[in-house]
Amino acid sequence: MKEEFKVISELVEEKSRVLDVGCGDGILMEYLSKNKVVDVRGLEISKEKVKKCLSNGLAVVEGNAEYDLKQFPDLSFDYVILSQTLQAFMSPENVIKDLLRVGKKVIVTIPNFGHWKVRVDLLFKGEMPITKNLPYEWYNTPNLHMCTIQDFYNFCNKKGISIFKIISLNGKKTSEITSSNLKFKNLISELGIFLLGK
Amino acid sequence: MGNFGKMKSITIKQPLKLDCGKEISNFPLAYETYGNLNEKKDNAILVFHALTGDQFASGINPVTNKEGWWNYAVGPGKSFDTDKFFVICANVIGGCMGSYGPGTIDPSTNKPIGTNFPVITINDMVNAQYNLLDHFKIEKLFAVAGGSMGGMQVLQFVSNFPNKAKVALPIACTASHSAQNIAFNELGRQAIMSDINWKDGLYDGQTNNPDKGLAVARMAAHITYLSKKGLQEKFGRNLQERSDLKFGFDADFQIESYLRYQGSVFVDRFDANSYLYITRAMDYFDLTKQYGGNLSKAFKESKTKFFIISFTSDWLYPTSENKDIVIALNAIGADVGFMEIKTDKGHDSFLLDVPDFLSTIKNYLNTTYLK
Repeated sequence: MKEEFKVISELVEEKSRVLDVGCGDGILMEYLSKNKVVDVRGLEISKEKVKKCLSNGLAVVEGNAEYDLKQFPDLSFDYVILSQTLQAFMSPENVIKDLLRVGKKVIVTIPNFGHWKVRVDLLFKGEMPITKNLPYEWYNTPNLHMCTIQDFYNFCNKKGISIFKIISLNGKKTSEITSSNLKFKNLISELGIFLLGK
Repeated sequence: MGNFGKMKSITIKQPLKLDCGKEISNFPLAYETYGNLNEKKDNAILVFHALTGDQFASGINPVTNKEGWWNYAVGPGKSFDTDKFFVICANVIGGCMGSYGPGTIDPSTNKPIGTNFPVITINDMVNAQYNLLDHFKIEKLFAVAGGSMGGMQVLQFVSNFPNKAKVALPIACTASHSAQNIAFNELGRQAIMSDINWKDGLYDGQTNNPDKGLAVARMAAHITYLSKKGLQEKFGRNLQERSDLKFGFDADFQIESYLRYQGSVFVDRFDANSYLYITRAMDYFDLTKQYGGNLSKAFKESKTKFFIISFTSDWLYPTSENKDIVIALNAIGADVGFMEIKTDKGHDSFLLDVPDFLSTIKNYLNTTYLK
């Protein structure tokens, strides 16, 4: 299982209600329901992946977060998780707004466009970077709104979103990001995992 | 119709108060079962049939000698695996395969009850079938499932009996019959009622039945079960056993011939009055209204796990209407899964060999049963 999912599950309190937005194959959902005894729901856009989740008996609804988050009432979940999908939405800002409406706390994972490899690619090759977490060419990428950990941090501050915790993930190494090490962590982290609230 | 002797049925003795205000008692409910009820009695699945279905979901229907209506889905190793599960299916009241309906002979006149039969609802159908749980001494069903009108019965069942099923599978259905649905049903009813043999519903059921009207009703309905693309691909403008148009009103086109055939075989197995009563029950179905305009309230008491399925090319009970049920369930934090299956086969998809549909149900039921 992805290291990222272990980090996310550590942020989730036991016996809580969780919505996994863009739940994919449901691996995180299964992990959470086994290890954290959570009541977990999923939303997923890909028919193939929804089929897999339902085949495993998971409570997953086929849908698009950009339209289908509306159906969930305010604060109906303790946690809403969005793992590496924010950059693919037409309007990430509206999605974040909706996540914060539905969940008491929100966990967002950002593939970090500020990672040094990305910067080196652009600086020396002059080409759009292709990395493990960003494996697409510029012409076929689903990622419409790439950002760095710093960008997302700035965004939260600008929008008055509370940041409770930021975890840096680099390979299998995790560390906490604070305002004092942010510049450096933004250079070395592959992923930034944010725990947010209103 | 013959072979009625091969049918199982229970007689429901206690009075059932119908939505129309009338009360019925001592009436028959015909059913069939597949597989075995285990010792814990926790493996039973109650399957509800659609408008023209009956209790013979699987195998060969002994009355029509044709395959059961859900033969793709119900049977050993299939979606509803009868090696594991005990599948029960009853003929709805108002139907014509042995359950109490307008074709039932009234002993006082020795004639079919006809239109003296009370108007029934989906709620009445479900309440009648609930007696099967007592009959088999089943405390809680593992699942309730059905497509189209069967799906409406699933929704009604869960709202009437919130904790009598662990899993609910409403397929290709709606919580509230739309104006378009009612319009198509009315077209079918008018076809029947304008048949000279209908005689206000008091035909004798032996000779001179309103077969022409019923056949037209079936033809019209059949179109609504298919998609435009499906029809075009299957028939296109192909001609029926001829190389040129005949400049007449015979069936020049294959699609005409196909519909005429569908109409003609239907009248051999279905009663026109049953068609009127059952379509009426569907039209009256409005679970949202039953719960004061808030569909969520229908499921508020329930801990049932829902799996809702729709089909991309179903324009009779489109994805949007199925999704309304999902939304109502999500609004109360219910355990709900939803999937829209991609297929060109239209509303009929739930009855057909649609692999994604059949395999997902099978896996879902098998894993959920063990959880």
